[in-house]
This record gives sequence, structure tokens and C-alpha cells, in this order.
Amino acid sequence: MTVHADYRLSQLDELEAESIHIFREVAAEFEKPVLMFSGGKDSIVMLRLAEKAFFPAKIPFPVLQVDTGFDFPEVLGCRDSWVSRLGLRLVIASVDDAIAKGVVVDDGKTSRNRMQTGTLLHAIEEEGFTAAFGGGRRDEEKARSKERVYSHRDDFGQWDPKNQRPELWSLYNGRIHAGEHMRIFPLSNWTELDIWHYIGRERVEIPGIYFSHQREVIARDGMLMSAGDYNPLRPGESVETRTVRFRTVGDMTLTGCVESPASTIDEIIDEIAVARLTERGATRGDDRFSEAAMEDRKREGYF
Amino acid sequence: MTSFASALGKPSMDLLRFATAGSVDDGKSTLIGRLLLDSKSIFADQLEAVEATSTARGYDYTDLALLTDGLRSEREQGITIDVAYRYFATPNRKFIIADTPGHVQYTRNMVTGASTADLGLVLVDARQGLTEQSRRHAVILSLLRVPHLVLCINKMDLVSFSEERYNQIHEEFTSFATKLSIPDLTIIPISALLGDNVVARSTNMSWYEGPSLLHHLENVHVASDRDLVDTRFPVQYVIRPKSDDYHDYRGYAGRVSGGVLKPGDEVLVLPSGFTSTIAGIDLFETELEEAYPPMSVTVRLEDDIDVSRGDMICRPQNAPTPSQDIDAMVCWMANTPLRPRQKLAIKHTTRSARTLIKDVQYRLDVNSLHRDLETKELGLNEIGRVQLRTTVPLLCDSYETNRTTGSFILIDEATGVTVGAGMILASG
Ligand SMILES: Nc1nc2c(ncn2[C@@H]2O[C@H](COP(=O)(O)OP(=O)(O)O)[C@@H](O)[C@H]2O)c(=O)[nH]1
Repeated sequence: MTVHADYRLSQLDELEAESIHIFREVAAEFEKPVLMFSGGKDSIVMLRLAEKAFFPAKIPFPVLQVDTGFDFPEVLGCRDSWVSRLGLRLVIASVDDAIAKGVVVDDGKTSRNRMQTGTLLHAIEEEGFTAAFGGGRRDEEKARSKERVYSHRDDFGQWDPKNQRPELWSLYNGRIHAGEHMRIFPLSNWTELDIWHYIGRERVEIPGIYFSHQREVIARDGMLMSAGDYNPLRPGESVETRTVRFRTVGDMTLTGCVESPASTIDEIIDEIAVARLTERGATRGDDRFSEAAMEDRKREGYF
Repeated sequence: MTSFASALGKPSMDLLRFATAGSVDDGKSTLIGRLLLDSKSIFADQLEAVEATSTARGYDYTDLALLTDGLRSEREQGITIDVAYRYFATPNRKFIIADTPGHVQYTRNMVTGASTADLGLVLVDARQGLTEQSRRHAVILSLLRVPHLVLCINKMDLVSFSEERYNQIHEEFTSFATKLSIPDLTIIPISALLGDNVVARSTNMSWYEGPSLLHHLENVHVASDRDLVDTRFPVQYVIRPKSDDYHDYRGYAGRVSGGVLKPGDEVLVLPSGFTSTIAGIDLFETELEEAYPPMSVTVRLEDDIDVSRGDMICRPQNAPTPSQDIDAMVCWMANTPLRPRQKLAIKHTTRSARTLIKDVQYRLDVNSLHRDLETKELGLNEIGRVQLRTTVPLLCDSYETNRTTGSFILIDEATGVTVGAGMILASG
């Protein structure tokens, strides 16, 4: 905290204050909130902000992770370390379990993202969560730029972009009907750079795969995918070792990495500052199919 | 000339939130696209998508306006219809743009965008000069008490960068602005398309001696806009860890809405009327020497008094007025009109209550500022003066003195939808 003589707050402190306000507002007004925690950098920043919002008390809600079955081991390790340090309850919504129970269908045609969405919505319904914090940021993607901090989901978990509630000042409206829930985006006004500056400032633990390392990769569709049983080689492909890092972490079958020597937060910040691609454009196979891909997924209740 | 290493922003930089408004085709999207592009906030994949679309549409230039339109439905209509938030940064400041549609049928969106803005940017086409729309935009920004206003006279290239034309519009606007409350007004002639006076001072308009738009945005002083005198701390959440280490800890969490709080300060808690002294102010593991807007902190008091969410911590000699009768300017946001005797839910700071609409005193014509005393209801997007009676006292300041403790939202109890935005005029 830098206290300026003229009562100015740095923008990072202002973003932090805004997010903490949102966490407290939700904890006060919703019966059963949950924080969607992937173990990625955005959800780690969310958890850090929640920790600050309620300190010295414990965070008064559990965290929920959608286990895709293809999560990076480093990310799961980091998740466990956060959850145990903060003494939180971890709810795991497993895609494989959901398939086994018939909650979602794996017919070979349904995308993994869609199955994750189904798994998530089922878990929210099962547990009766009324508010789910997500790490979405408005700078990520065009369709997100109009989403509210409190984003209303109907009883099918769907978002109706044409029918959003006005959101004025910092007066959030948390009213929902039975069966509905609210997605809460406390990082709405953060940019990718803000996230990194904050991680650097707070010195919090993040998965090692965000930093430069040697990895066996496959060049596919203009991206570098991690090599392993989960990404079988296609005809004409080969495995090679490159110096890479991940800009986003998700399902290993969908998330690519970029060649990078950046091995510290400062180097990552320098790299992003001159980066040519948005983090999604660079490394998310799921966003590349159409310009409106993200919007479609969001309508269906994707996080 | 400002040098850009934009994305490289330092963590110490501060934040400016501004709202933009313009009528369709005034060049708002082009201007925002240029600010994003010139501050290197556009990524290659975004730019490529826009270039591809421009080519597909048969344009021989990259339509920067395409960078800023959003949802598919809006793309189909070819017009922005909701508030979109955009981000860019220069080495010293981060900017959040609330990009709002300009049409009268989207007044509620403009009100929404303006509610959090430190600065409002109104765009006019130099060929047309002031229109009914631009007057309305200025009125709304002044109603929402946005402290700084910038009028950009765009498309100066189409009027041969004429100083005379600039002066005409300047004069027309300043005389209109005297009817409004605009603490700080700046008028800048620009060409969003060619970049004149957007980032760098234009060489085509050497007669203009003011700053470029970006220079102004980077330097306008906003911290002093906040009320640092009248202490207001609405309690959001009570923190009681009941753990071994913090057995007796009881902290009142919230966001400072006004004034500067310090340990040792004598405070008054409303509505109970108890007084106590601030024992400490915590932000996570740090004990602060002072807290001021818009910080989120936790306040501990010396005395064990009953304080809960919805209460307000202030000073014995300087407190808001608890009141159940409220006089406010309301912007109505629902399809069915606001009428006397209607019952609604109301949220003010951290307090929620129910309210009865006692009277609609007049409807304000936001184009002419004329008060229509005949109409006793407010339709969608209309603004008027309303009297309300609440079930519990609200701890009110006038919106003029404090935009946080002077504002409220109205909620339809059946649908749960936010249907109105209120700015408190007087209470008692
Ligand atoms: N000559 C000229 N044309 C401009 C300028 N700014 C915008 N335009 C053009 O005006 C039209 C409308 O601009 P746009 O940014 O889409 O307007 P919006 O509807 O306000 O977002 C487009 O054809 C732009 O290229 C300018 O400064 N000079």
C-alpha cells in the first residue's frame, strides 16, 4: 500500500479496493457463494483478494474446480497448496464423473468445453450455489467488454447479453429467483498486465508452467501443444523440445504454450508489454473457431 | 509528444475512468479505436480481425471503428447498444473507457456509464455543430456530476481545420454550459480519422493552443474530486474470526466513501447514535495510519458497541441525515412507467429497504432542461424529480456533495431487475 501525500491511490490499489468491495458485498448478500478456482493466475489473484477481503477471518465460502481430466499436474499442485494454506473447502466437479453419471454426453462430437460447462452448471445446481465468482476480465475478449460485474444467469445457467441489468455506481443488485444464480466477476476492470503486476507485488505462488521451461511440444494449428498421451500425434506431426511458457492454463488438450525465455515476473511483464497476440488468440484453441465463439459459449453458461 | 511504451505501465500509475458519448457517425468508435491503437493496446490478432472485416466489406482503409463493437446482435444491427468497457494505458495512467451509445433510447446506458466516470467526453461533428443529442449528453454528464467534461469537435479536416468554425461551436457550447454544473470544461478540435490533436498537437491547427486530447486525459487531476472532508464509512460486513489468534477481533469492513479516517478519531455510528473512537484501521496484514476514498479497509473501534451492515460510521459533528422522505432525480430504466403509489426495493450504500413512490413532481426534458409539471409519470429513459418514502431511514447526503452516499438504485421486487437510478436532492 503506497499512501500518497495527496490522497491518490495507485491504480493497482484502486483495483484491489474495488475487488475487495465486490467480495464483501457478495458475502453479505448471497446465501451460498462459491469461488471458481482453476489454479490459473486469474483465479489465484481472485483468491488473494478474497483472502484480503475477510482477513483475519477465513474466506467464508468454498472454492470449486472443474476437473477436466486433462489438467496440468503443476496447476493441480498449486491449487492444493492454496486451498490448504487458506483452510478452504474444495468442491471438485469432475467431467469424467459427469460423463459417467450421464450429466453430460461424450459422443465424440461434443467439444470438451461444452462438457465442462455442463459439468459446472450441474455442480452449481447440486450444491445450490447462488453466486459463483469467476476470473473473467473485460479486456480479454470483445464479447466480455459489456458484461456486468454481477452477471445474471437464468435457471438454465444462461447469460442473456441483450437483457442485462443496468449496473450503476458501485451499487450491485444481487436479486435472483430460486434456481437462478449470479456470476460475479471481481476482476472485470483488471487487464492481463494488472494481473501480472499484482502477482509480482504480492509475491504469491503460481504454477511453474507460467515461467519459461523446456517442454516436449507438438506444433499444431499455429500453436505449440504439450506432448503426452493426452495429445496423440496426428499424421505428419512430430515432437520437439522447445523453451516455452504458458500464458493461460486450462485443459491440456486445448491450451497451447508460447516460446519464451521469460523466467521471472518482470520478464513476463516485459514480454506481454510488447506481445503481438492477446493471451486468448495466442494459446486458446477453443477461441479460434469463430470470432463469435466466446460469445456462444458464454450464452451457454461457460465460465 | 507523448511517448508510448503504453502497456509497460508502472504499478504506481493512477486510474482515470471516462465515459464517451456521441451521436451515431460523429466518430466515437474511430476516436476510441485510435486511442487504443496509438497507445498500443491493440493486439495483432485483434487488428488482423478488423483488417479482414474491413477488406471483406470492401473498404480501402482499416475501419478502426470495428475494434469497438461487441455482441453479435449489435454487429448485425451495426450499432453499439450497451455500455462497453475498454482499457488502455500510458506510462503514467490507466484508462477505463465506458463507451456508451448516444441515442435517446439508450439514455439509461449513458447514465450507467456516467455514474462511475471521472470525466465525460462528448463528441460533435464540426460540420453540424451542436445538436440536440450533444446537448443531451452534456446535460446527463452534468446531472450525474461527472466533474470534468471534454468537448471534442471532430472531423476538423472536413471544415478545413477552420479556427472560425471552432470558435463558433466553442461559443455556442460555453453559453449553453452556463446552465449546467460543469466544474471543468475543455474544448478540443480534433480529427479522429487523421489523428490531429488526439495524441499529438496538430500541425494543421497551429491556432489552437490547448493540449491534445490524450495529454489532457493524462494530466487532468482527479484525486481532488473526491470528498476528503465529510467522513463516511458505510459498513459492509462485520469480520469476526473467532479463531484462537484473533479471538476478540471485531472489525467493520467497508469502503471509505468520504473523508479521511485515522486511528484515534472520534466517530459516530448511525443510526444507533453511539460514539466511539477508532482503535485501528486494517488492510489485510497492514495497520494503516489513514484511510480515504476509495479504499476498502476494516475499521476497529475502542468500544464494544453493536454495529452491523447498513450502518454508517461518520463524525459526531459531521453526519448524514437519516431520512425516510427522499427527494431525488430519478432516471427510469424499465419499459413500464414509474408512477405514484408504486412500491419498489431500494438499495442505498449498503442498506436495502422498500420504498413507496409518493409523487413524480416533474419530468425533465434533457434536451431543453424544461420541467414538465403536467406529466405524473416517468417512461423508459426519462429523468425527473421524484419523492419517495422508505420503510427505514436512509443515511443520506445530497448527490451534489457525495456521489456514493447520495445515490441509490430502485429494484422491481417481482422481477429483481434494476429499474431506476436515483440522485438525492434534499432530505428531511
Ligand atoms: N473525415 C473524417 N471522417 C471521420 C472522422 N472521424 C470519423 N470519421 C468517419 O465518420 C464515420 C463514422 O465514424 P464512427 O467512428 O463509426 O462513428 P460513431 O458512430 O460515432 O462510432 C466513419 O466513416 C469514419 O471514418 C474525422 O475526424 N474525419
